[in-house]
Amino acid sequence: MVGVNPRPKSLKGDYMKKFKNSKITLFIVFLLPTCLVFSTFILYPIFSTFINSFFDWSGLSANKTFIGLTNYINLFQDSSFKATLVNNLYVIITSVLFQIPLGLVLALVIVKNNVRNKLLSIIYFLPYLLSTMAVGLVWTLFYDPYFGVVNNALKWIGVENWQITWLADPKTALIAVLIVVVWFYAPFYMVILRAALVGVPKSLYEAADIDGASKTQQFFKITLPTIKPTLVTSSILSIVGSLKSFDIFYIMTNGGPGTSTELVGTYMYKQAFVNYKMGYASSIAFVMFLITLLVSVFVKTFNRRRGQA
Amino acid sequence: MKTINKLLNNSIAFLLAIVMGYPLLYVVSTSLKPLNDYFTEPVKLFSALSLENYKYVIDMGFHVFFKNSLLITFFSVIVTVLLATMASYALVKLDFKFNKILSLLFIAGMMIPVHATLIPIFNLEKNIYIYNRLIGVALPLIAFSLPISIFIVSQFMRDIPNELVEAAKMDGASEYQTFWGIFFPLLKPAISTIVIYTGVKIWNEFIFSLVLLNDVEKYTIPLGLQQFYGEFSVNVPALLAAIFTATIPVISIFLILQDKFVKSLTGGAVKG
Repeated sequence: MVGVNPRPKSLKGDYMKKFKNSKITLFIVFLLPTCLVFSTFILYPIFSTFINSFFDWSGLSANKTFIGLTNYINLFQDSSFKATLVNNLYVIITSVLFQIPLGLVLALVIVKNNVRNKLLSIIYFLPYLLSTMAVGLVWTLFYDPYFGVVNNALKWIGVENWQITWLADPKTALIAVLIVVVWFYAPFYMVILRAALVGVPKSLYEAADIDGASKTQQFFKITLPTIKPTLVTSSILSIVGSLKSFDIFYIMTNGGPGTSTELVGTYMYKQAFVNYKMGYASSIAFVMFLITLLVSVFVKTFNRRRGQA
Repeated sequence: MKTINKLLNNSIAFLLAIVMGYPLLYVVSTSLKPLNDYFTEPVKLFSALSLENYKYVIDMGFHVFFKNSLLITFFSVIVTVLLATMASYALVKLDFKFNKILSLLFIAGMMIPVHATLIPIFNLEKNIYIYNRLIGVALPLIAFSLPISIFIVSQFMRDIPNELVEAAKMDGASEYQTFWGIFFPLLKPAISTIVIYTGVKIWNEFIFSLVLLNDVEKYTIPLGLQQFYGEFSVNVPALLAAIFTATIPVISIFLILQDKFVKSLTGGAVKG
């Protein structure tokens, strides 16, 4: 049977093979699914957010009224929005000034490879394993005025008049949440910076020892300059990350009291899904997108120039 | 002088261990206190050892949240691995016309804040009836996991010599056979990185679940915890038992695969 009519069969096989290996089929199999998911859930939404920002729209009905730039004009006269920008700036500054230094201190403590440090590095990394929800809830309990660890500790060391309702007081709420943010993300920078510290050539320290340089001098003259690129990368990561912060603030204070801890992200969420002003919220979301984009582009070009110099 | 330095170093190390480790210790210790003991001794560590809160958490139906989070995480991670490895293969080893633009586009995707996409995704999912379904949470999570995953796999893929492709083709292997037979097994280290990285991120994810799920029985663990907190904010020990239960999988994987785990969680970000 096999030998009787081989030609049509092999032709069909060839055709199938050609079809299977054609560029179009390869594209459909290997890239199309990714492109579809990416455009449906990232590209299209960004575009749609941009369009929606020109409409008065509750999101509850299909009724959309084109209002031009009104949302943006309102946005820049909105004092709450200004407050969110200022608060976001605080998050950025705290992240760079405290998260990274704390990460560096943690990294310096565990930089030598021994049993003690192996154990310590596990303990130091623990916060980063928790979900933002777990972190937010646990620290909310910590700040509880009566049962909370913070006020009980203050009582224990004898400064009872420092006991305040940390998260309910507009003066302390932001600082209280920022402490949590620093604590939560520091382990991440610890790991990155430890890798950089391990990479500093030992010979540099040996030479400095011979020259009689103190440990402090060595740290400022050798360690810091050598790990500077990693410090810059860490700062970039923490700036871009801070622009997007949402979870811990939403969970612990939901932006309050007043607008004292309101961020661009939490404000946008409120306008969209609590107040049902989806058009207005879209303009906030789009401004957030633009700021992130600008910062990223700025950082990229700045980095490139630095690389060439 | 040397002993003073050593003492100083040890005390700083110990102090930091308390600052970083105390909250989790507090979670474990308080979760083992019956409610009455908590009211009399709210702060003291391990003043009681009882598992009744864990029983309570299970009775309250916490395993439903656990199941939902598991389903979303498994599905998203598997699909992300498949899509990211195949896309990277096409972008790095097959020369399509749009490869350069697509690569740039995917990398740019890493910078996009999820907030800028929430409203359209919410409305889209209502229109195509995947709102309030686990798949509706998984899909955007996959989309946002893809850029970093493609980035990690592509970098790894570039280091695999092209001669392997040519040799395979000489032997008559199709692109599919080359990919599955040769590349996929070689990509193991990159795949394990993205499995750990996206797995932990998705397990702990909050905002998409918050916006896209409505019924309590669909809730993921973070939403479930919030629900617990709202309903029994008085029963702190039970809440902490739930929190620790939710963290056990991540901590176990961390303790088993420590070095790999740490590298995965940070490695991807450093290069970005």
